[in-house]
Amino acid sequence: MGMFILRRAGVMLLTAICLTFIVFFMTNLYPNLEKLAKTQGNFRMTEEEVARWLEPRGYTQPTLYKYAEWLGVKPGYRGESADGRPLGRCVRPGQDEGSIPNYCGILQGDWGYSTQFKEPVSDIVWKRLALTGKLMFWVMLLMVPGALIVGVLAGMREGSVTDRTLSTGAIVTTATPEYVSGVIFIAVFASSAVGLRWFKGSATSAMENITFENFFLPVITIALYGLGYVARMTRASMAEVMTAQYIRTARLKGVSFGNIVMKHALRNALIAPFTVIMLQFPWLLNGVVIVETLFNYKGFGWLLVQAAGNNDIDMLLACSVVAVVVVLVTQLISDIGYVFLNPRIRVS
Amino acid sequence: MDPLSWGAIFARMAVQFTPVWIALVVLFAVSIMFKRRLGLYGKLFDSTIGMIGFGLVMFWVFTALFASMIMTFPPLEQIPVMKNKVPGWPVTGADEGAYDFYLLGGDALARDVFSRMVAGSQIVITIAPAATMFAFMVGIVLGLPAGYFGGTFDTVLSFLSNLILAFPVILLFFLLVTPEIIETGMPNYMAMVLFVFPVLFLCVLIYSRFRTRPEVFNIAFPVIMIASVWLYLSLVSEVGTKVQLLPGFLDLFDVPGEILVVFVSVVFVNSPTVFRIVRGLTLDIQTRDYVAAAQTRGEGSWYIMLWEILPNARGPLIVDFCLRIGYATILLGTLGFFGLGLPPESPDWGTTINAGRRLLSAFPHPAVVPALALISLVLGLNLLADGLREESLRD
Repeated sequence: MGMFILRRAGVMLLTAICLTFIVFFMTNLYPNLEKLAKTQGNFRMTEEEVARWLEPRGYTQPTLYKYAEWLGVKPGYRGESADGRPLGRCVRPGQDEGSIPNYCGILQGDWGYSTQFKEPVSDIVWKRLALTGKLMFWVMLLMVPGALIVGVLAGMREGSVTDRTLSTGAIVTTATPEYVSGVIFIAVFASSAVGLRWFKGSATSAMENITFENFFLPVITIALYGLGYVARMTRASMAEVMTAQYIRTARLKGVSFGNIVMKHALRNALIAPFTVIMLQFPWLLNGVVIVETLFNYKGFGWLLVQAAGNNDIDMLLACSVVAVVVVLVTQLISDIGYVFLNPRIRVS
Repeated sequence: MDPLSWGAIFARMAVQFTPVWIALVVLFAVSIMFKRRLGLYGKLFDSTIGMIGFGLVMFWVFTALFASMIMTFPPLEQIPVMKNKVPGWPVTGADEGAYDFYLLGGDALARDVFSRMVAGSQIVITIAPAATMFAFMVGIVLGLPAGYFGGTFDTVLSFLSNLILAFPVILLFFLLVTPEIIETGMPNYMAMVLFVFPVLFLCVLIYSRFRTRPEVFNIAFPVIMIASVWLYLSLVSEVGTKVQLLPGFLDLFDVPGEILVVFVSVVFVNSPTVFRIVRGLTLDIQTRDYVAAAQTRGEGSWYIMLWEILPNARGPLIVDFCLRIGYATILLGTLGFFGLGLPPESPDWGTTINAGRRLLSAFPHPAVVPALALISLVLGLNLLADGLREESLRD
């Protein structure tokens, strides 16, 4: 088991390095740097002015050097502006010259400086992640029990009317991406055209104060898309368990149907959905980005959109590291959890 | 004139869709009549779910096909007084002979929502299945040998596919589908790599089957080879971009950079999953007796992969193909929703939803109409996949 986790951790690290390098490479392509220079300087810069802006800040070095600086295995670039002020990777505005560190990469715990928000990246990322964490907490609270109940109810009597209805419902929710369901929910429950006005069409106020009125729509929008998928997996697994020999034995012994479902079938039926739920996390990230944009909730997804739109390199890298870690950790948890839940499988 | 009631709006829309209804009735009548002789496709007409799904999908296919007859206005025509008008509003201030109503209202730029939805179906129906097809070609050409031979090739490819799968789709889109990246020519290079696979697939398919029969092989192989390479080159090469392999007069068609980047990114995101499915199926099927029999006969590896394993993996692949077109449609919509790739005036559903969401709480109809269209297509594809799965499991 220890070896297994170690090897997985090694693969994880390699994946994370590869992925961040891809992001790094793409954000450092020259047209992107040019865009960065123009948004930071001004939009009417000429070619030479762009080059003069980029060069002293170290953006014109080879990509590998810059990547090593970002990792913190190579000293940060130092340059000088036209009037003699220090510039470069490790230089923060308002810092005096003596206190500029030599190394400033993620190994030193420095995630860089956001060119868009003018703040250290780590501060912003934590703040936004906390907001998204709140959103995810409510999504999970709604999605997981909902999906399991729907799946078990549909799967315990395969082919019944309940099964048909719930399965069709599950297909409909998986066919409805967040940007579609979100738009329809806002139109129906929050627009003046329909006139229900039960909820708010924006979740901006939920960042300080979560209420049912301002938070229900974003949460249900994300939850629904995943709900259908998890429910279908649960249904399939439940239906399979219900045909097993030991269920028939229990039934022949005269155990009541409720007891069969609760005591004999449920635990075995929940092994497969556990994996699926864990693997849903990365997909939820898509939903988070869409829903936060649609409902104007300034969390991690919103941050990612802002960073990408403005080619905020350090911020984008931090976001991709977070996203990759989420993906890989959930994969690891689902593998390990699967072993714990299912004693028939041993990790080799 | 008074605005139409909802009943009248639906009646008039139904009339506009007449060519689609006729085509659907003909298709269903013919298919049901000959369903016993049509294999898996015919069996689809035994399951209600499958039929509903197929109907929905074909509805949009025919809509895309007959779009010019269905549309009441050109998708980009603006009639200023019709700005943000509710569905069924009579048109004033248009040219003589124009249609009398904006059936589903006008959007924020005073264009007809109904016509734009119909025009959008054309974009979605062309890009999504084609992108899925390419993703399948990539997945099949790489997945078969990875599963069949295993070894280092498999390890490397599996690592790469896991790498792409670990990449958040949205982040990838934001990085890849930007005007700056188009400027670097990266989508063209990616297209060069990704579009090789269908050509490879075709050539190996023909080669492995007919190489022992020179009378067919000597004619068919060069013809197919030249045709597919020419198609490949004209698809990849664009006059005036970084990748210009063919002189202009040989270039059959030009794909605009925005479309190409959207297409490439959808293929790129989908192919690792297909690779994994094909690889898994290959691992399963290669232990069967008929594969051992072919090996004993001394057939080549590619013959076994393409003519023994692949046909026997078709069931799950067809089901996944339907689901994946739906997923590609969702991805296209996502791109449109974030305003990436396709130009802002494009009538495709994602872009229209994005344009409509700004005034959502006051005028929901410009966003809701394409949203419903998108659901119905994806739902149709999911139901179709469900029906196919049920029917293919039955025998």
